[in-house]
Amino acid sequence: MAEGRKLPGFFAHLFLLAGAFLMILPFVWMLLTSFKTVTESTAWDPLVIFPASWKWENYLEVLKQYDFLRLYWNTLAMMALRVICALLFSSMAAYAFARLRFPGRDLCFGLVLFQMMVPPQIFIIPQYLMVDAMGMRNTIFALLFPGLVSAFGTFLLRQFFMGLPKELEESAKLDGCNIGQTFVRVMLPLVRSGLVALAIFTALFAFKDLMWPLIVNTSAKAATLSSALAKIQSAYSVNYPQLMAAAVIAILPMLVVYLIFQKQFVEGIATSGGKL
Amino acid sequence: MSRGPYKKVSLSQRSEWYWGWFLIAPTMVGLIVLNIIPIFQTLYLSFFKSGDFGRGNIYVGLDNYRKLLNDPQVWHAVGNTLLYALMVVPTGIALAMITAVLLNRNIKGRVLYRTIYFIPVVAVPAAVTMVWRWLYNSHYGLINYLLSRLNFSTVNWTTDPDIALASIALIGIWSTVGYNMVLLLAGLQEIPKTYYEASEIDGAGKIRQFFVITLPLITPTLFFVVVTSMIQALQVFDVIYMMIDVTNPAYERSVSLVYLFYNNSFKYLNKGYGSAIVMLLLVIIMIVTVIQVKAQRKWVYYMKEG
Repeated sequence: MAEGRKLPGFFAHLFLLAGAFLMILPFVWMLLTSFKTVTESTAWDPLVIFPASWKWENYLEVLKQYDFLRLYWNTLAMMALRVICALLFSSMAAYAFARLRFPGRDLCFGLVLFQMMVPPQIFIIPQYLMVDAMGMRNTIFALLFPGLVSAFGTFLLRQFFMGLPKELEESAKLDGCNIGQTFVRVMLPLVRSGLVALAIFTALFAFKDLMWPLIVNTSAKAATLSSALAKIQSAYSVNYPQLMAAAVIAILPMLVVYLIFQKQFVEGIATSGGKL
Repeated sequence: MSRGPYKKVSLSQRSEWYWGWFLIAPTMVGLIVLNIIPIFQTLYLSFFKSGDFGRGNIYVGLDNYRKLLNDPQVWHAVGNTLLYALMVVPTGIALAMITAVLLNRNIKGRVLYRTIYFIPVVAVPAAVTMVWRWLYNSHYGLINYLLSRLNFSTVNWTTDPDIALASIALIGIWSTVGYNMVLLLAGLQEIPKTYYEASEIDGAGKIRQFFVITLPLITPTLFFVVVTSMIQALQVFDVIYMMIDVTNPAYERSVSLVYLFYNNSFKYLNKGYGSAIVMLLLVIIMIVTVIQVKAQRKWVYYMKEG
């Protein structure tokens, strides 16, 4: 028995290790390049794997050219505001769709489903025209705008509310709670895992979004990490060590947060995907 | 007391209505303003041509759609987008499936593997594409270095029209394997352990177990992953935008529909034509999704309830 199991186990590890190596390699190469001089990075014969000395010059140069503190702030503000809006408005609507009966409910929920089936690019031109008409281009509000409400979040949290037993509301009602109190005090704490999943999902996809910030916040001061990198690339197209330094600066915060909360991240994505 | 249809509605029922409307109000107002009206607005815009220098929009009827059907670049983009999806989705999901099955056992370093495979998912696509461009660099890139060491000829990964789309697809696979793996792993963990124990008693080997138990029972999750990955792949933009600029010789053979939409709407400022392109994208996504939903009866296995 034990003999027969060893060999497949070996091949499993071989496959997984090769995969893990390929997953990490680009990041390692990014980090190594960011510490090299241009000459070291372009040396081929022999290939320079480790820089002769670990110099921070590329980082200093990039930080001098671009206001990364500002980019971090813009990105963080956009993520935080989108998460707050998604949690607040989606949990309210999701509770009503899942547990209350009122005229127009099914029609309205139909619109939620309809939104989820349409490719989001279809909203972009009108949303841009709205932000432009309000004179709000190049602001944090513009970055938040498409994320003010979340059809996906409403759908996701509705699934969580539907899974709760009916008796909870009945006993809350007997205790004299009205619907609002039942929602906030009894039901909301019970869907915590759903709220965490939605928060992670919303934050991650806001962080990665490229097209919207590129379109709506064209000034360098109002860019996000993602859209600023696109500009930095065209400005530094040949200086790869500096480009890699910028990429490391953009990737690092989210990576650190992920490595600390990896369990919540993975579970959050698994539940938000699985509940769809 | 004679208020017609409202006669039978009790006070508590009425309060439930008000609460319901109040709770959905922000989401519904937002949804209608931000999403529902824009759908019709985009459709409306697709019948207009953006005038030059503040001349406003000029109604052109179906001209944008006529232009669309005769625009070779649009058909290139349709072909590129579909080809990209066909390169990324089956390969990416197969790799995610293998990884998920291997990790669904008491294998050593399970959490570590899972953590590593998921890293590309938390990285900004813009940064990811930058490092891949560097790896792909034809003169100094690591990949060509390794190829030349192994006495293969080097490849122009990002500028050769025959190769560029495949290079982009490779990045697409690399960045989504972890995401799909996590979804599939969650599906695998819902398969009752007793099924495997029972089949072990019957003397079934691991391979047979995979085909008789695991594969049929994972098909609902697999179906979900295929449909969503397909929709995502058909909307590919970030990597192509970061890697292929308009002057790249491989542009024609790698531009996607969403990239073409972006260029027309926000670079050439012809929002009417851009709107027509995005309507075409909507139609293509609808067709592909309907085909998949129809085809699911042939391969997706749903356990009978109860």
